[in-house]
Amino acid sequence: MTQDVTIKVQNLKKYFDIKVGFFRTLLSKSVPYVHAVDDVSFTIKRDEIFGLVGESGCGKTTTGRLLLRLIEPTAGKVYFKGLELTSINNRQQMRRLRRKMQIIFQDPYESLNPRMSIFDIIAEPLLIQKITQGLEDTTERVMEVLEDLEMTPPEEYIYRFPHELSGGQRQRVAIARAFIVRPEFLVADEPVSMLDASIKSEVLDLLLGLVKKHHSSFLYITHDVALARYICDRVGVMYLGKIVEQGNIEDIILKPLHPYTEALISAVPVPDPTARRSEVVIKGEVPSAVNPPPGCRFHTRCPYVMEVCRKKEPKLIEVEGNRYLACHKYNA
Amino acid sequence: MALLEIRDLKTYFHTMRGYVKAVDDISLELNKGVSLGLAGESGCGKTTTALSILRLLPWNGEILSGKILFDGVDIVELSSEQFRRQFRWKRISAIFQGAMNALHPTIHIGNQIAEAIVTHENVSKKEALERTAKLLDLVGIGASRIDRYPHELSGGMKQRTVIAMALACNPDFIIADEPTTALDVIVAAQVLKAMKELQHKLNLSMMFISHDLSMLAKVCNKIAIMYAGKIVEYGDVVSIFKEPLHPYTEKLIGAFPSILGQKRKLSSIHGFPPDLLDPPPGCRFHARCQYAMDICRTTEPKMTDAQGIEHFVACHLKGV
Repeated sequence: MTQDVTIKVQNLKKYFDIKVGFFRTLLSKSVPYVHAVDDVSFTIKRDEIFGLVGESGCGKTTTGRLLLRLIEPTAGKVYFKGLELTSINNRQQMRRLRRKMQIIFQDPYESLNPRMSIFDIIAEPLLIQKITQGLEDTTERVMEVLEDLEMTPPEEYIYRFPHELSGGQRQRVAIARAFIVRPEFLVADEPVSMLDASIKSEVLDLLLGLVKKHHSSFLYITHDVALARYICDRVGVMYLGKIVEQGNIEDIILKPLHPYTEALISAVPVPDPTARRSEVVIKGEVPSAVNPPPGCRFHTRCPYVMEVCRKKEPKLIEVEGNRYLACHKYNA
Repeated sequence: MALLEIRDLKTYFHTMRGYVKAVDDISLELNKGVSLGLAGESGCGKTTTALSILRLLPWNGEILSGKILFDGVDIVELSSEQFRRQFRWKRISAIFQGAMNALHPTIHIGNQIAEAIVTHENVSKKEALERTAKLLDLVGIGASRIDRYPHELSGGMKQRTVIAMALACNPDFIIADEPTTALDVIVAAQVLKAMKELQHKLNLSMMFISHDLSMLAKVCNKIAIMYAGKIVEYGDVVSIFKEPLHPYTEKLIGAFPSILGQKRKLSSIHGFPPDLLDPPPGCRFHARCQYAMDICRTTEPKMTDAQGIEHFVACHLKGV
């Protein structure tokens, strides 16, 4: 069982300092923090696609970065195949591990070096990790991954530069670069949100094909719940640095239990003008993560708020098989 | 009579490499109280259409031919000064993408809205501020926030401020170009709901411009689909979504995921839109169309209403 778990996250926290002036540090005792990620736990199995959904500022991107140790956590642990990542101090060891963990960013216009050819961009991880022997081997791997992404014939693309490609092709190059090292764990942060609707699903299908081919574990970060439905097996819904609900995507979409999930799903527009839907319109906007509300963080906007919600923080507990929820309404 | 009528409009951009045919021969009609959705992917000419109506094209953009009749007046013929005095903001106003980030950071929002009123109408500052207070109530910000600075407001409130500004001079027609793209899902739903209510209450005509068909399905009565500078399909919102006639429309609707009903496979369209410097002959979609016939490569299809239900399509397959 434990063999199957690729990523295990335990009580992960990340607080960002806020820069304050000199006098304020003298006057006030406490330094303000942004509670970007506050006590988040989940696991991702081999061959599994886990989604983190939520609105901007909920901490989903920070979580993705913490998992790859691109930033250091304030507290908590991240295990990669049983190995605790957060305690590795050896640069060499970390670098060897990075070969197994890759990330795809949102904006292919910024994530590719404009002065490198497509071949150099895709082959760079192989050279850094010293995976291939000689140019022939490298070329073969580059060609293979380009063919996987249906950029055929690859010879037509490898001598080009990023500015000569369309947005969809650029994002495919970013995907190729991540998959060239055959990663076991992949993070994609809104990989298709910059692309036009008509090419989105094509790029997604190719990406998912590669995830399947390499049996990778995949963390998909997005604000688009509707799209997550087509990609993820399980999702965690984040609000203000916490996972408020977690479970199989279809269960969550068809029967959201947390009031926030309910509101989020009812706010997602559908491509059908005749659809009759229950409208759960919640008021206001996400409070500041510097001073998150006490108790349940959603209580300031929750239509079902009770006295206990203002004081006691609900814990994320299993309510049904494989379904986790942090809400007093159901715990009562 | 239609409030806005666009006839054979051509707006091109001069570039070093030639003319970019951003809007190429489009015609549209919009009646009072109707909200029209102009949909299409990036670079299809939706924003250029809006800028042509507002006479706000950049220096290298030019309306080559065609008419834009607003309440019977051809606004293409007017001098920019005449247009500014008679139409812009008084009759036609706009909410632009990201406009909430263009609010002046050191001026109270109330003064910013009042400024628009004082500039366009012969009223005193005091009267303008009284009207501003009413506007802020109307859009759901509340008159008490009249002396707030933009940084004191959340994203949704700033967008509502911009909506209040668009309503400042009681226009007949508002163009909203991607009004909610910068907002989060829940806030976007709140703002859209407010806009829809205002549209009904004030009997406004609106043009929503967006790439997001799901959003347009929620707020529009009519939909026009643009592709590569042309309108390829136009009709009632239900008829467009339920019985799309153009292969592009069909694929585009299928590309949008839905959280309702059964999960179905998302469609995609192979390839990318043509270069508008040198658009292909015939139907502009033929290179990506799975039903392309010989005639599609040579002859441009005309907008026709084959079924006689005000559902127009420009496609050789369906139109004739």
